[in-house]
Amino acid sequence: MLEQAATLLRGLGRRVTGRIWRLGFASRFLLATLLYSGTSFRRIFLTIREIYFTGVQSLIIILVSGLFVGMVLGLQGYDTLQRYGSSEALGILVALSLVRELGPVVSALLFASRAGSAITAEIGLMKATEQLSAMEMMAVNPIARVVAPRFWAGVISMPLLAALFSAMGIFGGYLVGVVLIGVDEGSFWSQMQASVDFREDIVNGVIKSVVFGILVSWIAVFEGYDSEPTAEGVSGATTRTVVTSSLAILAADFILTAFMFRGV
Amino acid sequence: MPAFVSNEPLVKISDLNFTYDLRPVLSGINMTIPRGKVVAIMGQSGCGKTTTLRLIGGQLRPTQGEVRFGGKVIHELDSDDLYAMRRRMGMLFQFGALFTDMSVFDNVAFQMREHTNLSEEMIRDLVLLKLNAVGLRGAQNMMPSELSGGMARRVALARAITLDPLLMMYDEPFTGLDPITMGVIGQLIRQLNDALGGSSIIVTHDVQESLQIVDYVYFMADGKVVAEGTPDEIRASDKAYVHQFVWGEFDGPVPFQYPSAPYRDQIFGATHA
Repeated sequence: MLEQAATLLRGLGRRVTGRIWRLGFASRFLLATLLYSGTSFRRIFLTIREIYFTGVQSLIIILVSGLFVGMVLGLQGYDTLQRYGSSEALGILVALSLVRELGPVVSALLFASRAGSAITAEIGLMKATEQLSAMEMMAVNPIARVVAPRFWAGVISMPLLAALFSAMGIFGGYLVGVVLIGVDEGSFWSQMQASVDFREDIVNGVIKSVVFGILVSWIAVFEGYDSEPTAEGVSGATTRTVVTSSLAILAADFILTAFMFRGV
Repeated sequence: MPAFVSNEPLVKISDLNFTYDLRPVLSGINMTIPRGKVVAIMGQSGCGKTTTLRLIGGQLRPTQGEVRFGGKVIHELDSDDLYAMRRRMGMLFQFGALFTDMSVFDNVAFQMREHTNLSEEMIRDLVLLKLNAVGLRGAQNMMPSELSGGMARRVALARAITLDPLLMMYDEPFTGLDPITMGVIGQLIRQLNDALGGSSIIVTHDVQESLQIVDYVYFMADGKVVAEGTPDEIRASDKAYVHQFVWGEFDGPVPFQYPSAPYRDQIFGATHA
């Protein structure tokens, strides 16, 4: 009985210390990525190429999702607001929901599933097929040549994608609210313009999406680089990227929101 | 006189020990790789051959002992010096390790673009020269996914020799190849070594092919060097392990059965034993 409890406790301890050790390793990895980021900016085409793969190729999913989220917001918002006779405030509701919360958060979740998983799988497969080792043996640092451009591409793409998501969402809200339901167009736009604050709402939304971009890109490149060099290892790492990124985005969103919007 | 043109061996491994997860992988390895020679490291899978290569390339750090390349202790180099040293080394990986998002041409041009300021015209000429040396000038526009195993290995060989390395390392270069391609790769290894005037290390378990092209052989088992000699000495060796390995014998010092409980006990249960 005592023996079993000790084994259980030892197993638990091993798991906890393992997680802490891995977090430390991930932090050192991030530090190394930042340290070797010079190449990503000196040879900007390396980063631009990755922006195309991670950012541009995520456009369809981001734009279509943004449109639908905005349309749903338009429907739900109108349904609630018209009960209080303030349906002309629909523009404010759609815009604030998108630029403060849904834009950064949902686009980051989509980015993690679309681009984050692809980055992890690509780096993981490069490791499994010894391409990273080959690069090292050719005196080229894989963190500078492979990891850093992908990391920065993610960090740069994320706020741009979130902005496009919000813009499409507002357009979706307009389509449903103004074109379909018939909310007054003038009130929709003017109330939105009057109530959305550049510093409080838009800048804070951009800060959120930059933080999410750092988190998703960091997790994606780290999981790929640290994956077991087998088919199972790469598939496990890809899954971990999506799960860990999603949790990290939601947790960070709560913390950032608590700091940004208290008392507003 | 600079270390790289002296008469001392290009690579000298002294009392090398390497432990992974408290498990000894290499113990007390001593090897010498003279300039201009092709040396094979042979042994069963998992005996520590590839680990030895990685220690020479500085990808792993020895637990004890040292590897000297051109007179310098590899694990004492800082990262800049290590990368500078690796420019004088080339490595052919088991399955080529070509960059799958680049064409054959770009794979071979990779090191020149990374490490030199040569113009694209010059790089083009040099890449074609290297590809011609391995007989694949006509495949320059193909992607790695379009190549056969043998072709991929040859492209990787062209890529590894782009900066004319002093030391070429081959990790299982013959694995999974048909006899014709195997012969081609074998001859290329010898010819390139003699043309470049460097040294080569071949890690392999393909005895017959290797003995035809190498100058010296080290045999490894369980992380130790158990025999060494010229190909003729190895063929004539009466050491049981070497004999079993060279002639591919079914049973011997390396048993057919993986260590296990007595067969009778497992089949009938311990009570019937």
